[in-house]
Amino acid sequence: MQHKIDVEKLGPQGEIMAHAIEACVHCGFCLPACPTYQVLGEEMDSPRGRIFLMKEVLEGNLNLEEAQPYLDKCLGCQGCVTACPSGVPYGELITTYRAWSETKRHRSPFQRLFRIGLQETLPYPARFRAAVALGRLGQPLKPLLPPLLQAPLELLPNQLPKAEPLPELVPAEGEKRARVAFLAGCAQQVLQPGFNHATLRVLAHNGVEVVIPKGQGCCGALAMHTGERERALRFARTNLEAFAGEYDAIITNAAGCGSGLKEYPLLFHGEPEQEKAQALAARVKDIAVFLAELGLKAVPPLSRPLKVAYHDACHLAHAQQVRAEPRRLLRSIPGLELLEIPEGELCCGSAGTYNLEQPQIAATLGERKARNIIASGAELVVTGNIGCFTQIQSHLRKLGREIPVLHTLELLDRAYRQSPILPGR
Amino acid sequence: MTLLEELGRFFPPGRLLHKPGELVPYESDALTAFRARPLAVVLPESHEEVVQAVRWCARHRIPYVARGSGTSLSGGSLPIDGGLLIGLNRMNKLLRLDPQERIAVVEPGFINLQVSNAAAPYGLYYAPDPSSQPVSTIGGNLAFNSGGAHCLKYGMTSNHVLGAKVVLPDGETVVLGSESLENTGPDWLGLFVGSEGLLGIATEITLRLLPKPETYHTVLAAYDALEKAGEAVAAVVASGLLPGAMEIMDSLAIEAAEAAVRAGYPREARALLIVELEGEAPQVEAEARYLDEVIRRSGAYEVRVAQSAEERLKIWKGRKAAFSAVGRLSPDYIVQDGVVPRSRLGQALSEIERLSARYGLRVANVFHAGDGNLHPLILYNGRVPGELERAEELAGEILRLCVALGGSITGEHGVGMEKKAYMPEMFSEADLEAMRRIRRALDPFELSNRGKMFPGGEAPALHQAGPHPLERAGIISRE
Ligand SMILES: Cc1cc2nc3c(=O)[nH]c(=O)nc-3n(C[C@H](O)[C@H](O)[C@H](O)COP(=O)(O)OP(=O)(O)OC[C@H]3O[C@@H](n4cnc5c(N)ncnc54)[C@H](O)[C@@H]3O)c2cc1C
Ligand code: SF4
Ligand code: SF4
Repeated sequence: MQHKIDVEKLGPQGEIMAHAIEACVHCGFCLPACPTYQVLGEEMDSPRGRIFLMKEVLEGNLNLEEAQPYLDKCLGCQGCVTACPSGVPYGELITTYRAWSETKRHRSPFQRLFRIGLQETLPYPARFRAAVALGRLGQPLKPLLPPLLQAPLELLPNQLPKAEPLPELVPAEGEKRARVAFLAGCAQQVLQPGFNHATLRVLAHNGVEVVIPKGQGCCGALAMHTGERERALRFARTNLEAFAGEYDAIITNAAGCGSGLKEYPLLFHGEPEQEKAQALAARVKDIAVFLAELGLKAVPPLSRPLKVAYHDACHLAHAQQVRAEPRRLLRSIPGLELLEIPEGELCCGSAGTYNLEQPQIAATLGERKARNIIASGAELVVTGNIGCFTQIQSHLRKLGREIPVLHTLELLDRAYRQSPILPGR
Repeated sequence: MTLLEELGRFFPPGRLLHKPGELVPYESDALTAFRARPLAVVLPESHEEVVQAVRWCARHRIPYVARGSGTSLSGGSLPIDGGLLIGLNRMNKLLRLDPQERIAVVEPGFINLQVSNAAAPYGLYYAPDPSSQPVSTIGGNLAFNSGGAHCLKYGMTSNHVLGAKVVLPDGETVVLGSESLENTGPDWLGLFVGSEGLLGIATEITLRLLPKPETYHTVLAAYDALEKAGEAVAAVVASGLLPGAMEIMDSLAIEAAEAAVRAGYPREARALLIVELEGEAPQVEAEARYLDEVIRRSGAYEVRVAQSAEERLKIWKGRKAAFSAVGRLSPDYIVQDGVVPRSRLGQALSEIERLSARYGLRVANVFHAGDGNLHPLILYNGRVPGELERAEELAGEILRLCVALGGSITGEHGVGMEKKAYMPEMFSEADLEAMRRIRRALDPFELSNRGKMFPGGEAPALHQAGPHPLERAGIISRE
């Protein structure tokens, strides 16, 4: 699509946005892939419509605030990127646009406070723990609170698992096949510390030495995707330092963090650290990809056949184009029957802090995902992302169906250790 | 009461859009060369609401345009400045599927591919398969009589629509056709299909389903010259075989498709021919031997046969993505849609190559070779001054070439805005007048999709050089 965006005025970020808009031919192939278009059924809430809106704002033909409600509803799931034959880098466009518009848009003081609150707690495990405790105290007040504050309370777990600090190094068992660095994630450490421990056990068992570099922090994806570029840069700089050593790969086990690290070159576009960021991004691998490439040691057969549905996290399937590897890992577990979830490419509605900021759409998508999972006939769902995990678990419960949810690596870990996969069996 | 307030009696705020931010995304269809801002967009959810919207238009003489998914490549669903846009994408229910009668009744916003998905459990499918089938609606398909790769054997949309409930431009409802193939009296439905939204809005459509072919034989043949592929098509036709589909892609289209979906095509080929046989196993087997012989003699330097369902899908995926994928090669392009007699394909292709060189613009070719339906994609960069105009001129020359060779100015994308200036090249003034009279009999004020299909009228033709008066006045714009 042609545009009259003044790229010079906007600088390096302008180039990124203009390039994406140019590539869009307005063919509409992205419409069926877009969860918000599926739910809301209007062109403003489609990828094509949003590209058009951003273009008009950047050209100066449309007031920024007019476009904002529709851009805010974008999940950033990048389903449109997978569907687009023309190769429009929509993810880069929306991330850059959000950073650009954040400084110019109007937000009420309350909204600002809420956003700062999220940004100042979620990425910091200790603060997040404290906030959860506080939130539980706040539960009785829930009906009195504005809707914006009700959603987060609803999502808080009743009880947090005990904090289990990670070692700095996990030695390989047997012959050493590789040496990697591991990003521990932030919110995940608080909500599901078991994911990391399972991951480390499976890596060690497969002959991988794992370093968990000190000084690492949140990947910054949360800030990046909500337009907080400076904050994101701060996080990212810390990680550029922490992960500077020589490793065969930098491993993540949360889809959102993996794609966050891979977005560093975009974040640092036009900054002095651009090259460093590229070097780091090139070494980042999701745990499933790393293990599939390494080749798993044989997994003992399950004690009984098990029907498992794999849920594609958007930040794996769409943002990193990783679909085959996790499935390959699962298929290597003898006795496991892998099922596909209908409408599997559609986002579950979790999408970072989206379910806090757009609770209604998030809930519609969550319920739709839960129904599709039930329809698949699975006894167990696995996924590679903490956000999806929480969302799916909560919506399956709401429908009264306690289909257990595990991280892909938890399942693999239990299979290796021949411990019961499903609770109570 | 203002006009919009009156409309608001029938449509709640979320389904009556009128703020700039709500309207901008509706300003174009897939032909972004044209833009216009409607007065408002309504999103009806029932037949009755469509009737209310159309009555409102009739009452106030406000022109309107129906819109499905807005994938028209000819400006068919381009709004009218100051008119009403009626978005039908929310009317997307499957109303009935009868596997015994082999019919499906759908609302107009139902997506083409979903029909086949819904019919699949019964071993049935919906045959017309435009490349846009995952997106385009049955209503839009009906209005444009859309076709696809597999229409060679089974015919276009018109061959698969049995009936339609239609809201006429005065707000009256009529039912055209029936659930059976045999009808008496004039073929009103036949008149409606392909009328590009000028005669009314379909709100319920009855489709014919076919049993899924038992087996396929899909051949991919690579050539070192485009003309050879064209001649191969003529040879297959002459052999008496009737494949389900016969498609050609040239090197630019191959490059784009490979970049988009990694279909595994031979990259160095100058042309690829896809031929697919389908039907009962014994028949396909016998035909396949014969086809392979014909292809071998056609000078293909590499021939592959799909060995599995996955391989077949991969071949088709590349072909179906090719159009939009061309966006990877060039910031802008015009898709043309002309028809030539199959026997003259080779000639048409070398003529296009010559024109492309003369204009200094790249032309990618990807088309339904089996029925002579060409889709040259003219690549240009709109930011280079004068390139759009040159591209439009080249597009015009290609259309004239099609007419001169005994073909037509549109195979399936419709006339819309884009090609109305070429109507007189195909039809005499008397023909056009007859069409106008039919239209005015139903729509004396020309409210329904005003300014499309007929030459002249209030909208400019794409090939005009320099800005049109309406453009200068800021009423329409092309980007
Ligand atoms: C990448 C790409 C590939 C394509 N490939 C093909 C192809 O292979 N074959 C092909 O034939 N076309 C193709 N097309 C063109 C387009 O997809 C078809 O014309 C399609 O039928 C349009 O459907 P739509 O739902 O998008 O309709 P729209 O674009 O929204 O509307 C098309 C026309 O139909 C009218 N209309 C819509 N709904 C109704 C209704 N309910 N009642 C009356 N009139 C109505 C509109 O007013 C307009 O004139 C392609 C387009 C793209 C972008
Ligand atoms: S599929 Fe890609 S090119 Fe087509 S409209 Fe969507 S973003 Fe644009
Ligand atoms: S990122 Fe997801 S929600 Fe946003 S436009 Fe793309 S598909 Fe739609």
